[in-house]
Amino acid sequence: MTDEPLLRVTALSKYYGSRIGCEEISFDLWPGEVLAIVGESGSGKTTLLNCLATRLLPTSGTASYRMRDGQWRDLYRMSEAERRFLMRTDWGFVHQNPADGLRMTVSAGANVGERLMAVGDRHYGNIRSTAVDWLGRVEIDEERIDDEPRAFSGGMRQRLQIARNLVTGPRLVFMDEPTGGLDVSVQARLLDLLRGLVTDLGLAAIVVTHDLAVARLLSQRMMVMKDGHVVEAGLTDRVLDDPRAPYTQLLVSSILQV
Amino acid sequence: MATPLIVSEVAKAFIMHLRGGIRLPVVANVSFSVRAGECAVLGGPSGAGKSSILKMVYGNYGVDQGQIIVEHHGALVDLATANPRTVLSVRRDTIGYVSQFLRTVPRVSALDVVAEPLVARGTDRRQAQKRAAELLGRLNLPERLWSLPPATFSGGEQQRVNIARGFITDHPVLLLDEPTASLDATNREVVIALIDEKKLAGTALLGIFHDADVREAVADRIVDVTEFAAGRAAA
Repeated sequence: MTDEPLLRVTALSKYYGSRIGCEEISFDLWPGEVLAIVGESGSGKTTLLNCLATRLLPTSGTASYRMRDGQWRDLYRMSEAERRFLMRTDWGFVHQNPADGLRMTVSAGANVGERLMAVGDRHYGNIRSTAVDWLGRVEIDEERIDDEPRAFSGGMRQRLQIARNLVTGPRLVFMDEPTGGLDVSVQARLLDLLRGLVTDLGLAAIVVTHDLAVARLLSQRMMVMKDGHVVEAGLTDRVLDDPRAPYTQLLVSSILQV
Repeated sequence: MATPLIVSEVAKAFIMHLRGGIRLPVVANVSFSVRAGECAVLGGPSGAGKSSILKMVYGNYGVDQGQIIVEHHGALVDLATANPRTVLSVRRDTIGYVSQFLRTVPRVSALDVVAEPLVARGTDRRQAQKRAAELLGRLNLPERLWSLPPATFSGGEQQRVNIARGFITDHPVLLLDEPTASLDATNREVVIALIDEKKLAGTALLGIFHDADVREAVADRIVDVTEFAAGRAAA
């Protein structure tokens, strides 16, 4: 474990005109740490995630990322090409809707292989065997490697999207409601899988979810957002077992007991 | 250090914002310490705040006032104000916890649930599993269950998985929240023996035991939680 964070976010704000997307968000993320951002629709959690992943540019504030060579870079001062390179190699982004993160009309194997080619792998045999390995890790049968994701179920598509993101060995993965549109039983399987992969690979991840159970299972730390602000932050089990902000108490008390 | 855990003037209340901001005092002026090789038991009736104290020491509940000092990686850490990252590090290496109920993770086998705290500290997985198997064997959990996820186990079986998970490491401080509540007499004896071994190894133990027999067998000292009743402090 290193003593330096991977990502440093300082006073990040995003306004849509006069409307607040998110305001004055600051936190550090360390390697291997999973941070959950929870809150309901419109709380600003997705705006924040998109700013962090440089899919949106913030109105003010900074986010610095420690590159593999140890250099700190301000994400919003990098060139577009540099950001794209980071996105393809060192980062992953798992969308709620797998169709947003996959190419639906090329094979499963190619979806995984494409990311490898983007980082310079040219050997077809290697690419294919790595793709097979990753399909196995996300529990997709090797026989399906030449099928298009269009022919996959929602859960399989989501697992394929995860494989596509993790194949290049990223250090930081952004996830936007990764279990969002899935059936409960499929969700459970995906969560187990994600939890295992994140632990085994020592990934840092920022997971946006409105589901506190997902946050509990995947994250060590969480931030609770409301109206663009962080209303409570801390260890995940502390926030969930001893919620202090009125809004967090409301969220926690709203969970249905099964 | 001879006193790995010092709790000093700790206070805690719950503010119920959804109930018009009612303030529920839990405890105040909680002060005690636990020495290495000693088992201190929190005593007092239900609702006195025993579990809350244990949870504050583990960082699971926030602390309103006071200090909870542990020696961690050769330095003193105040858990009442430590940041999440420090608390996680303290949990990995310094404070272990046997909770009352096992929070099961689907699809992870009992053996791996038990081995996990060792793996997290860098022990080779196979070695950790071997140690896990020894403990589960000692706690009489049938071997056919080891490879299964504990979600479908009985209460007593889950509790034994939980105990094995808590006892597998050599954390200097170990918190026990009613570890014997749903165990039969044989397994209660095993837990008593495990606690005695921890004491000999110099672990500082802090526990809650409703079972009077177990309490008498393991407690070196009772910390009377009713002395920390929040109302008393105010008076």
